[in-house]
Amino acid sequence: MSIWEYANPVKFMRTSSAILPWVAAGAALCLGAGLVWGFLTPQDYKQGSTVKIMFLHVPAAMMAINIWVMMLAASLIWLIRRHHVSALAAKAAAPVGAVMTVIALLTGAIWGQPMWGTWWEWDPRLTAFLILFLFYLGYIALWSAVDNPDSAADLTGVLCLVGSVFAVLSRYAVNFWNQGLHQGASLSVKAGERVDPTYKYPLYLCMLGFFLLFVTLLLIRTRTEIRRRRTAALLAREVRG
Amino acid sequence: MIALLMRDLRLATRAGGGFGLGLAFFLIVCTLVPFGVGPEGGTLARIAPGILWVGALLACLLSLDRIFALDWEDGSLDLLATAPLPLEGAVLVKAAAHWITTGLPLVLAAPVFGVLLHLPAAAQPWLLVSLGVGTPALSMLGAFGAAITVGLRRGGLLMSLLVLPLYVPTLIFGAEAVRRGAAGADGATPLVFLSGITLAVLATMPFAAAAALRVNLR
Amino acid sequence: MIELGKYAGPVLAAWGVSLALLAGMVVQTLLADARARRALEQVERNRG
Repeated sequence: MSIWEYANPVKFMRTSSAILPWVAAGAALCLGAGLVWGFLTPQDYKQGSTVKIMFLHVPAAMMAINIWVMMLAASLIWLIRRHHVSALAAKAAAPVGAVMTVIALLTGAIWGQPMWGTWWEWDPRLTAFLILFLFYLGYIALWSAVDNPDSAADLTGVLCLVGSVFAVLSRYAVNFWNQGLHQGASLSVKAGERVDPTYKYPLYLCMLGFFLLFVTLLLIRTRTEIRRRRTAALLAREVRG
Repeated sequence: MIALLMRDLRLATRAGGGFGLGLAFFLIVCTLVPFGVGPEGGTLARIAPGILWVGALLACLLSLDRIFALDWEDGSLDLLATAPLPLEGAVLVKAAAHWITTGLPLVLAAPVFGVLLHLPAAAQPWLLVSLGVGTPALSMLGAFGAAITVGLRRGGLLMSLLVLPLYVPTLIFGAEAVRRGAAGADGATPLVFLSGITLAVLATMPFAAAAALRVNLR
Repeated sequence: MIELGKYAGPVLAAWGVSLALLAGMVVQTLLADARARRALEQVERNRG
């Protein structure tokens, strides 16, 4: 019994269908409870009710980065061990990651407007997220552009590797570029730190909820991709007679 | 390798090779910007480092798809892949040829365009050096993007989407060096970072590009 | 009704946009999954 058994699509389909209801229920429970709890938290003495945006902004930003890391791991597994489920999981995760990045950017902009007096600031953190979004777009576009599924998996895998290096590089380059113009850390919310317990626990619950939601969506979307692949394979066999 | 380099250079300089097109594009960008922002010298001088770098970067992007597309169409890429020269080496040579035909003219012409945009004289050497150090990375990253999209219909547009985010660190450090030079400060720190990126790109990207080419040639 | 103070607009906008995006993604995922499932069943039925 090893984790590589899940590289077998049949095994993956069986196991994922068994655990999917539980994960989905967990996601609904955590996300629902966390969001309601977060929405009912009292106002912050400085930020007023805008602190409630944090319960969406921080988990979304966290997932945006984590999903890319997951895609990197899945791409590596595909490139090294050629497990199809891994490549399909990376493909399935990308749109979710892109949506998370959009949520983080939009809520950040809406939050920034009353707090900093501007929708957008070329702050290192914000800029790095915009660049991450561009990487997501390129990755998704490349998947849809290549016809042969194995070639697409290979090319996007290589792109994911290179993109990861350059995403990190850009993060530090951007820091360098706007150093001294902006007092960086005071504007950012470091998750869990310097946050009052009143907000901390609902925030943790929301993070868990976002994570479970991602796992749910990932499982469903990977199952979709496996079914599509099987449909295409069967059709191809029919054509050949 | 030398033979391949000479062949690529000859092909590029021949009629229809698109040689000099990037340079003309660069000139047009530098001409259009003052129309957009107004002819006032102080404003132009302030944004000149950024315009020159972005212009050079876009001019570089313009001719990237030619790196592999022609060889892909007539099948010589398959020959290169089976040649005794490793594909990584061939990629490096192709990127070098692209740099000599596109990057190098841009570097040499940049000071002239800098004068057009009122770039302070103190920044001119920084512009020359930073472009000279940075454009090889642009060519090499472009070769990677071209290798990924070589077999695709409408590959050009997709390639821009893939390559431009990769240009971010190079652009930041390159333009920063010129900006510091223009402000009379020492631009050595960003220049060192820029050289580091270029060297790392030249050392690693041929492998990624060759891997992508092998997938596309399968 | 919970008191949102003077920032009611931004807070509700941020929550609305985020929840709409999340809901849209969930719906899209489920629809695509249902479509893929139907297509596969169709093909498998045709094969006999």
